[in-house]
Amino acid sequence: MSEITLTIDNKTVKAREGMTIFEAAKNAGINIPTLCHHEKLKPYTACRICTVEIEERGRITLDTACSCPVENNMVVRTRSENIDNIRKTLLELMLSHAPDAPTLVELAKEYGADKNRFEKEPMFCILCGLCVRYCNEVKKKHALAFVERGTKREISFIPEIAAKECWDCKECFPLCPTEYLQATYVLMRALIDAPASNSNPGE
Amino acid sequence: MPILKSVFELEELRKKILSDKDRNIPCIAICGGTGCHNQGNQRLVQAFLNEVKIKKLQPRIHIRETGCQGFCEQGPMAVIFPQKICYVKVTVEDVPEIVAGVNNNKIIERLLYTNPSTGEKIIHEDDIPFYKNQTRFIGGDFNKIDPNSIEDYLATGGYSAFVKVLQMMTPEQVIGEVKKSNIRGRSGNGFAAGRKWEACLKAEAETKYIICNCHEGDPGAFVDRRMLEANPHGVIEGMLIGAFAMKATEGFIFVGDEFPLTVHNTETAIKQAEEFGLLGKNILGSELSFTVKVTIDGGNYVCGESTALTASMEGRVGEPIAKYDHATEHGLWAKPTDLNNLQTWANIPFILRKGADEYIKTGTERSKGTRSFSLSGAIRNTGIVEAPMGMPFRKIVYDIGGGPREGRKIKALQVGGPMGGFIPENQLDITVDFDELTKAGLTLGPGLIAIDDNACIVDMVKYFFAFLSNESCGKCTPCREGLRQMIKIMNRITEGKGKKADLELLEAIAKVQKSAALCALGKGASNTLLSALKNFREEFEAHIESKQCPAGVCKMPLPAAN
Repeated sequence: MSEITLTIDNKTVKAREGMTIFEAAKNAGINIPTLCHHEKLKPYTACRICTVEIEERGRITLDTACSCPVENNMVVRTRSENIDNIRKTLLELMLSHAPDAPTLVELAKEYGADKNRFEKEPMFCILCGLCVRYCNEVKKKHALAFVERGTKREISFIPEIAAKECWDCKECFPLCPTEYLQATYVLMRALIDAPASNSNPGE
Repeated sequence: MPILKSVFELEELRKKILSDKDRNIPCIAICGGTGCHNQGNQRLVQAFLNEVKIKKLQPRIHIRETGCQGFCEQGPMAVIFPQKICYVKVTVEDVPEIVAGVNNNKIIERLLYTNPSTGEKIIHEDDIPFYKNQTRFIGGDFNKIDPNSIEDYLATGGYSAFVKVLQMMTPEQVIGEVKKSNIRGRSGNGFAAGRKWEACLKAEAETKYIICNCHEGDPGAFVDRRMLEANPHGVIEGMLIGAFAMKATEGFIFVGDEFPLTVHNTETAIKQAEEFGLLGKNILGSELSFTVKVTIDGGNYVCGESTALTASMEGRVGEPIAKYDHATEHGLWAKPTDLNNLQTWANIPFILRKGADEYIKTGTERSKGTRSFSLSGAIRNTGIVEAPMGMPFRKIVYDIGGGPREGRKIKALQVGGPMGGFIPENQLDITVDFDELTKAGLTLGPGLIAIDDNACIVDMVKYFFAFLSNESCGKCTPCREGLRQMIKIMNRITEGKGKKADLELLEAIAKVQKSAALCALGKGASNTLLSALKNFREEFEAHIESKQCPAGVCKMPLPAAN
């Protein structure tokens, strides 16, 4: 693994080949906000909140810091008018679902996001997929999945698996950036649907 | 059929097919594309076969069911070879008269195409303005070929480009020719196919894949599936040439689940090619071994995106992912993979047969050859159109398309599907050219939808948003949540509840979506909106400010009585 030198926010940063911009920045003490990122999970690039500016050969492109690998002589900016506007708008879109989620509220303060900019649609879930991916990639239980697509996409517990695996686990709950109210509700619904013989933990 | 073991055997077979075919024996070619299938053309074909049998004309008149002949508005069509007399809107009742006419060399006046502007009857297919104004490099042979007959394809010179490549060229020379032809990605992105091929050849691996993307899902786009359905062997030949040039071992044709006829015709053609030894091990006695399979996806629009397509083919959920290496190095199952659009593959045999020098004579400086479109919407002649690069869209709309329907006016042409945009009537002089469209903020997608003054642009934008919100995978925030909010705003506007600030809000979401979304679908999701706002802002303002829909499409509240 060869060493790579790049610039993040005007600071010269050393990194190893194969690292992402997010990891290199973190090692250098530069904070990039994330919502769907988790060090034990593969990059997912869904929330887009970690979008940064990359300048290469005079051209500026945008990419997600959680996934983009570092390259020698790369110039990265983690804040700019454009990036702040993107983060602000993304937060506003998410706040229309979970206007009081502490993680979102805190970021909203930083980026001046208005939780009332868009029409509300209470849902609590911002579909970061941390619970789904943690269950699949780390626990390897596959008790949780996304169902439907587009604007109808939601998380769902698979009743048969959930009835066996979830009562004593629930490790996915603390990962939730919107305080897992949605997950609790969806899990309960799944457990009610589960075959009767499995649904009672006392048996 | 014994397997062909050499080029010589293939050419002998071609000679035999051609000598068995008496060119003077009349042949009735009946359109059997998806559109005509839906109109019950199978009964029509059966009626022709029965009529010829009853009248005992069997060896003297041939009946051929072809793929889509292109002029969908007038379908089903029956073209009488060798003169190419063209009958339109043929029904089962017309069959005895047509067969008798062919037998007695008589033309049936009432079934001919009438030029709506002159009232004149046109006898020959090539004289019909719809066809006359096209340049049909690829589609010209479609009515000479029964898609389920490899013999028909061989009779039109099929597989001769492959033979030429196999006998006389090296992979580098083939790629040189493709690069020289400067054929650019017919998916609409315009990426040079030759460069992709070169990268794939350079990648070292025992297994390499090539994929034909025939996953066509844009509303109003129906051209790729018709081209594959009408001449599947043409695509297989293109892929064989690609396999030779890139040293690929396996090919896949990725087709949407919603095209059953296309799947059927393609699978039949693959089976025939295998039986003839044109697919399989040591093709025509050469070192080349190559197979082709049809892969059917579950009908998910976003699977047309390359990373989602790969995921879907590998059996994962068809969602785009962030990718930092090229598919030509790490593609399908992490093997070097070349992915080209169906139209690109269909062009390859033509380029190699005629030579790149001949091919580049057609087109503009940086866009060469022809581009096939599906033309639909509020226009006289709907169908499949093959236009030379550099042709103004005005010519496609008025000369080929025949202009608006009776008493109406063309307002705009929608190009590039849900991630495309509008060309307003007064800008129709823009030409079919990748770079010209990019300059205008549009993409050269395969679907053209004519819009007349009966249509409301605001309502159309709302329709595209609804389409995309169903078809987006829903993974990334800007696409999913952006579309959710934009639909809410569009609903407000079309119900007469729009506010002045709504347009700015739409533009603000669009800006973030364009720069921060994960894949091309998300990045382009607001293209139709931005194009509509640029060209038809007054229609939005009429909905918001005077609570009126100028086209009378949106149900606006009645003004309050005094």
